[in-house]
Formats: sequence, C-alpha cells, structure tokens
Amino acid sequence: MAAYIARRLSATLVVMAIVGVIVFLLLHAAPGSPAAIIAGDNATPAQIALINHELGLDRPLVVQFGIWAWRVVRGQFGTSIFSGVPVMDLVEQRLPATVSLSLVTIAFAATIAVIAGVFAAWRAGGLLDQVLMGIAALGFSVPVFVVGYLLIYLFAITLHWLPVQGYVPLSRGLGSWLAHLVLPGTALGLAYLALIARITRASMLEVLSEDYIRTARAKGASPLSQLFGHALRNAGVPIATVIGIGIALLISGVVLTETVFNIPGIGRLTVDAITNRDYPIIQGVMVIFSGVYVLINLMVDLSYTLIDPRIRR
Amino acid sequence: MSDVAILPIAAEVRRHGLRRLFQRHPTMVIGGTVIAAMVLLALAAPLFAPNPLSMNPMHRLRPPSGVHWFGTDPLGRDVFARTVYGARISLFVGLTVALGGVAGGLVFGLLCGFYRRIDAMVMRLMDGLMAIPSILLAIALVSLWQGGVPVVILAILIPELPRDVRLVRSIVLGVRERPYVEAAIAGGARTSKILRRHILPSTIAPLTVQGTYVCASAILVEAGLSFLGAGIPPSIPTWGNMIAGSELYLALAPWTIFCPGIALAILVLAVNLFGDGLRDWLDPRFAR
Repeated sequence: MAAYIARRLSATLVVMAIVGVIVFLLLHAAPGSPAAIIAGDNATPAQIALINHELGLDRPLVVQFGIWAWRVVRGQFGTSIFSGVPVMDLVEQRLPATVSLSLVTIAFAATIAVIAGVFAAWRAGGLLDQVLMGIAALGFSVPVFVVGYLLIYLFAITLHWLPVQGYVPLSRGLGSWLAHLVLPGTALGLAYLALIARITRASMLEVLSEDYIRTARAKGASPLSQLFGHALRNAGVPIATVIGIGIALLISGVVLTETVFNIPGIGRLTVDAITNRDYPIIQGVMVIFSGVYVLINLMVDLSYTLIDPRIRR
Repeated sequence: MSDVAILPIAAEVRRHGLRRLFQRHPTMVIGGTVIAAMVLLALAAPLFAPNPLSMNPMHRLRPPSGVHWFGTDPLGRDVFARTVYGARISLFVGLTVALGGVAGGLVFGLLCGFYRRIDAMVMRLMDGLMAIPSILLAIALVSLWQGGVPVVILAILIPELPRDVRLVRSIVLGVRERPYVEAAIAGGARTSKILRRHILPSTIAPLTVQGTYVCASAILVEAGLSFLGAGIPPSIPTWGNMIAGSELYLALAPWTIFCPGIALAILVLAVNLFGDGLRDWLDPRFAR
C-alpha cells in the first residue's frame, strides 16, 4: 500500500516537472525574445535590454529555468504584464467562481451519468438504453458554447426561469448562487456526463454477465441491490478513472463556459489574458490547471484501493 | 484518413450493394453521407451562395427569408453564405489535424515501440503534454506564434498527438511479441522492413478510427479557439468567429448564433457517428 502510494506520488512529481519544462520553454520557443514580447511592439532596444536584465533573461537558460521553477514551487507566478498585479492574487480572486462552477457540474454530471449508465446496462438494447446513448452521442458532438447559448435562449430569454449570465457568490445566498450555476453547469456537464455514462454502461455490462450476479439474483436480491450493491462496486474502477480523466475535458469546457455565461472565473482571466498577450497569466493558469488535473488523477488512483481492495497489494 | 476508409467501403458496396451496408452499419452510412454533403456544399459554395464578406448595414439582423435563407448578421452579411464558407475551414482543419495526428502518431509510435531509449524520452514528453488541458495549450501556442490557419492547425495538433502516439505504441508493443515478428527479427530482417511489412499493417485499422475522432475533436477545438478570439482571424468566416461576433445579439437575432452552431454540431456528430460505425466494422471486437 505505502509502496503503491509512493510510486504514484513520484510519477506525479515527474509529470509536473515535465509540465513545468514545457510551459517554461513555450515562451522561449516563441519567435522573438520574451523580453521583446513583454515590452510590446514599440519598445526600443535599450528598453528590451533592460527588461532582459531585470527578468534575468541574459543568464543561461538552465539557470533561468531553475529560478522560475523555484518561484513556481512556492506559488509565485510573477506579475501580470497588463495590470501589474501578482498572478497568484488574480487567480485567488477568480477561484471561487471557477470552483463553484466545477463542483456543481461534477456533482450533477457524475451522479446522473452513473445512475443513467447503470440502468442503460441493466436493459441494454432497450428504449431507455438507446435514448441515453443517443443523448451521450449528442453530448460529445454539440460544443459547450452552442449548448450554453441554447440554454440561455430557452430558459433565460424566452421563459425567464433563470438568470441570463453572471455569477453570485455563495455568501449572497444559496438559492441565488445555485440559480446562476444551473445553466452553465448543465452546458459544461453535458460532454462530461456523456463520457461517464458510456464508460459506466460498458463497465456494468461486463460485470453483469459474471457468475456472482447470477448468484445474487438466484438468492433473491432485488434488482436495485443487484445493480448498486453487487455490480456497481466491481465496475467502479474504470468509472473512477474516467471521472478523473474527464477533468481535462471539464477544464477546457470551463474556459468556454465562463465566456458564454460571463462568469468571472479563471477561464475568463485566461481569455482576457489572450487579448492582452499577458503571458505570465497564461503560463500560471496552465501550470495551475495541469497541477489540478494531475492531482485529481492521483487522488482517483489512490481511491482505487477503497473501491477495489485487491489493488492494495 | 478518408482515403484509407473509402477503399474497403467501395469494395463492400460492389460486393453486396448499398442497402446491405446501410443495414449493417447505419451510423456509418448516415455519418458518411452527411460529411459528403457538407464537403460538396463547401466546395460548390461559390456556385450558389452570395459573397460571405459583403456587408450591407441597411439589411442588418434580418430574420431568415427567401432572400437570406439564414438571415443576416450584425453587419448585414448573409449568414447562409458565411455558414457554407465556414464549413471549408472546419473541414480543412479537421482533415489536416487528423492526417497530421495519424502521421505523427505513426512516426513517434513506431519509434517508441521499437527503441527503448527514444521511448523513455518521448513518452515522458507525451505524459507532460497530456497533463496540460488541450485548449489552454492551444491558446498559448496561438497567442505566442500568432498568425493564420497553419498556426491554428499546429496548435490543435500538438495537444492531440499524445493519444495517437500512445495508441500506435501500444499496438507495436503488442505485435512485436507475436511469433511472426520474432521470426522476422530472428531471420535478420532489417528493422525498417519489420516496421513497414510486419507492424505497420496492424496499426491501420485502429488509426483510421482514431483519425475520425481526432478530426471531430479538432473541429470542436478550432471552433472553440475562434470563439474565444484565439483562433482563425475574425476576417475569415468560421463557425466559431460567427458565434463570437454575434454574442450580443442572442435575444434579438438568435439565427446568427444557432445557424453556425447547429451546422457545427451536425458535422461533429456526423464525423463521430462515422467513426463509431467504422470502429464496429473494422474491429468487431468492439461492437456492442
């Protein structure tokens, strides 16, 4: 068990180190020196030289990487070129909105997807199965922003049931907070839901044909007990895996969803940074999102031992 | 990607007729037909669609009518024309990224599967690339390099590569343990010949299927990047650009957003369905 955790942990650290190298080199592989990019189009050579020196860009690349990485490890991503505010402060300001959106989406999508996938597998080939898998195929194909505008048009503009855009912090009341997250959460969650539902169905189909399910049925276990008590737990590892891998899908979706619904989260921060060519922000957000992705997948890997005790060995 | 797929399909149709192909693989036929129709429309656009760039402020935000089939946008441009021309970019990006992904996957995958030293290095790089959310990596690449369609294609291709490389590598690792490959190695065949004659053929079917999924994903990412303003320059009509340019007119002129949006969804769905059908057909083990 301890060896397993140690192995997974070291693999995670290696991946994050490589992410760091890629993100660091991105800025240096770009045409034109980073200093010229930071200084803007109208800078004089003297200004560029000054920035070069200030940022330590006149030192060897390995030294630069060392300095940058040491700062990143301590949570310092530099300051925004555009506003001069430390990137970490900007991220902290935007964090609650993004975390709210992500948590609501994951909770809603994973719950519905697992239940739907279980029942689709139970009556595979039936009407319910076909409808669910049809919705799953749509979920993969309709982009987040099209679903988002469709939901806004339908439920906010036409029916006036929910607010059009924006974000309200949880401190201003649970109802209002949730009302602003229903539509973006649905738009964002659709592809994620499709992914999890498909894997749940496939994994359940495999488990349901095993002998011990027949035994459970023979001794009179109810269908619900068969499905959720006996089968789901054994089908759990692939489902947990895809919930983790799907986080990548979710992060890409967050950037688009926050733009559609005008949510002041980290995704909006990134999009605004593109417009201003604010590289420290883009770099910082890339490292942070990759870190979150890798960390969640580490937790998923460790959760296998809870789902399936055989992995503990 | 489509060339590889079309040959066996044509052979099957000649042998058993179109009807049987449809009965056996309805999703593939429907998907393929929709893709073919979109390709034809996009190529023949100048024959029937008005100029997608000509502005006419007098006729801005007109609802769909006999003159403007999909209405007009905030600058009075014909939405139908822009949707049809936008298909060109989506199809081109989808196809080139799919081809690039297949080619890159083959080169790196074959090398990794055969040479331990390259394998360790390339696969660590791929692990790192996979950990960075693809749209963020693409955004960073586009905003750093700037420029038109080629940069966007490269920016979509790079985050897409690890999956293709992993796929080919896993196939190579599986196949190289087979007796016929071991026999070839023992017989002293050159590595290049082993790769070409004995290993390459096993990768074609799964890579073709993978290519369709990469194509669908590339079309979605391109639209997303253009929508965010980090993709194709706004002067070129693409579905993402059209939606981004009409954001504020959702309540007033929903057709400006939903026409390109629905076209995008239909194309991606068609490519995905085609891929699913292809997978069931080429690799019956996956069939449900």
